Amino acid sequence: MAQTHAAIETTHPSDHPPGTHYFVPQPSLYPFILSGGMFLLALGFILFMNKFAAGSWIMLAGTGVILTVVVRWFGRIIHESQTGSYREWEDKSFRYGMIWFILSEVAFFAAFFGALFYVRNISVPDLLTMLPRHDFTLYPEYKDLLWPASGGGPKGIAFTPMGAWGIPAINTALLLSSGATITWAHWALLKNNRTQLNLGLFLTIALGVVFLGFQGYEYYHAYTELGLTMGAGVYGATFFMLTGFHGFHVTLGTIMLMVIYGRCLKGHFTANRHFAFEGVAWYWHFVDVVWLGLFIMVYWL
Amino acid sequence: MSHATTAPHETHHDAHYPGGIMRWLTTTNHKDIGSMYLTFALIMFFVGGAMILAVRAELFQPGLQLMQPEFFNQLIGIHALVMIFAALMPAATGFANWQIPLMIGAPDMALPRINNWGFWLLPPAAILLTLPFLLAVFGIGDGALNTGWTMYAPLSVQGGIGVDFAIFSIHILGISSILGSINVIVTIFNLRAPGMTMMKLPIFCWGWLITAFLLIATIPVLAGAVTMLLTDRHFGTHFFNAAGGGDPILFQHLFWFFGHPEVYILLLPVWGLMPHVLATFSRKPMYGYKAQVYSFIAIGLLSVVVWAHHFFTAGLPVPALLYFMYSTMAISLPLAVLFFCWIATMWKGAMSFETPMLFAQGFIIMFGVAGLTGLVLADVAADAQYHHSYFVIAHFHYALFAGGIMGVMTGVYYWLPKWTGYMYDEKLGKLHFWLTVISFNLTFMPQFFLGLAGMPRRIPDYALQFTEFNAISTVGAMILGFSQLIFAWNIWKCARGHANGLAPAEGRAWEGATGLEWELSSPPPHHSWEVQPDLRQPGA
Repeated sequence: MAQTHAAIETTHPSDHPPGTHYFVPQPSLYPFILSGGMFLLALGFILFMNKFAAGSWIMLAGTGVILTVVVRWFGRIIHESQTGSYREWEDKSFRYGMIWFILSEVAFFAAFFGALFYVRNISVPDLLTMLPRHDFTLYPEYKDLLWPASGGGPKGIAFTPMGAWGIPAINTALLLSSGATITWAHWALLKNNRTQLNLGLFLTIALGVVFLGFQGYEYYHAYTELGLTMGAGVYGATFFMLTGFHGFHVTLGTIMLMVIYGRCLKGHFTANRHFAFEGVAWYWHFVDVVWLGLFIMVYWL
Repeated sequence: MSHATTAPHETHHDAHYPGGIMRWLTTTNHKDIGSMYLTFALIMFFVGGAMILAVRAELFQPGLQLMQPEFFNQLIGIHALVMIFAALMPAATGFANWQIPLMIGAPDMALPRINNWGFWLLPPAAILLTLPFLLAVFGIGDGALNTGWTMYAPLSVQGGIGVDFAIFSIHILGISSILGSINVIVTIFNLRAPGMTMMKLPIFCWGWLITAFLLIATIPVLAGAVTMLLTDRHFGTHFFNAAGGGDPILFQHLFWFFGHPEVYILLLPVWGLMPHVLATFSRKPMYGYKAQVYSFIAIGLLSVVVWAHHFFTAGLPVPALLYFMYSTMAISLPLAVLFFCWIATMWKGAMSFETPMLFAQGFIIMFGVAGLTGLVLADVAADAQYHHSYFVIAHFHYALFAGGIMGVMTGVYYWLPKWTGYMYDEKLGKLHFWLTVISFNLTFMPQFFLGLAGMPRRIPDYALQFTEFNAISTVGAMILGFSQLIFAWNIWKCARGHANGLAPAEGRAWEGATGLEWELSSPPPHHSWEVQPDLRQPGA
């Protein structure tokens, strides 16, 4: 028995006929260290929020550990991929894995969309209609409250809701275009046209970065000129949490695009083997679709 | 524990595998990871159990004897989180890791490093959950989460540092669950032996597959809910604060959108393993495989649309109450299908009652009690009386202890010979079963009556008329808690079966057992199926 499992780990996969050998990686310390880094980050953040001086340092240490491990771990995977450890069978596992990971992200955004629908359809109208139903009202200021709610509650400051047809409309155009450019790059990869592939990826990254720049400006504008903050009633809460988590995902997506752009420049990926490219493209489309939901539900309606 | 016997002859010949502690930190092997999950679950089972024994000791008599209410509140909430997230769920994931590759003819889980990460996220999360107890001793913060495990706003918005620890613990546990689920789904979809169609998949794998779907759909919603809680606490948002247009009931909706499917997340793996055990010890094929698979799917779908029955008394509109009542009751239909399939599997079988079969019998009867009392709770009109009483505590312990934990024990005794290569001590197993089943009923049956008489849950003191039943319940709980030491001893003994002179287990450890996992030796080789069995050829 022992001889055979030595064989399964060390022999090159191409020694086996297709579909009979599944790549099981060597023991690895990365997951353990990554968990330790996440522990430090969480602990530091808790202490930071509760005003303990050590908190930010522990967070910093945790972030350092996480970044180091993520870079090393992905580096290891890229190395394994380039040296032929993965074939169709493993490739399919990665595809399934990525799909279900994205679905879990969909469920995460669903929680915040659910909260938005709930406050728009149930809690805010309930607070509005308390007077006729119960003959009293907690907050008289709410009597002409319509969504987008324009007051921060009884003691809250007034604010101006974010309009849809300025920066958000431009950002919609930017993200939709980036969805097109990455597909254009994918077509190029399938046709083995490396120049178009690199150009398409570069454009996608540029559009993502411009999007993030606009969103940063929008937040600055909201805080300094509109009085729209995280604390500006439940409108501010849903606005910043939904767009903020989306922006965070765009940031991650852009970093992922940069990684595969670097790999493309080094000549990685072939017309029929490029899971990493497709995984990032799927993720980017997912971020794109979430944005459309945001544009319609948060900004427009 | 169970790995102890497989260790020497595996690592011995093979220079690639680090030994000692590094073996466990770095392993990518599904059996090693499964053993770690199960060991962790067993340890946390005792941690959570010790907490609740302290609670039961306090409730032995009316008045405050042992602890202040603030500490009592911490114990009940952390007990629940530890038992659900750190004991039952890891135990189920341990089963998945050990059994799914064996049962479907795979060499390992599909994503082995992710698998290792999923496990190693658990100890940090458990530390985060319990660290505030320790910090309070040094004057940092005011102890652990003290809101009960449901963390309802606005109490949790106002709570101390323990709430923050619980929030991040839940985040990390959630990531671990999602990683585990992705691994299970990918393994089942991609690594089945040739010829094993989805409708030939062992039913344990089907149960876990539906569990994994539910985890992926609902754990992120819980993550979202606790994130909103965090920003309400520290960053000035008003999700759960009516002063800003939010609503504390929103938290209940989000929490129970996760919380109700969570019940099935805990139970589906057990429902999956139960037919295997019943068929083995009845020496008959399982009855109604397809009906059970479709019932799993129906229960999975229904479980995400019934959540509001957990807060009928919170002030929901009547149409919502009616909808949630009827949809909740509808779950009893596919569940009844499962019960009848279990009974029909045993019908006219050549039954024998080894420990796993005993636990399976106890499971069916007492989980039936949980189901029937659940129907009563689902009734909106009746629930106003039962809500937040000890009746609810008794109901969900029949579901999660007699259903969940005894189901896990069924699986442990059933598969222990496969994992360790030795037959466990049958006498100890039977002693463990009878002590457990008797003391369990002694603990929780009186709580139904306490609840009906009006004793509220989560209160460290109670009115004098509740004294006798509480005293009985505490005695039962102490016996129940300490009986579990027999379980731990039996596992330890079996894991070191050679030293303890136990009989070696054959590949097919049970006479009536069928399925791929019994074709392998006990314990199975390091890589379970290096060459996949081909089920397309007859007799392969």
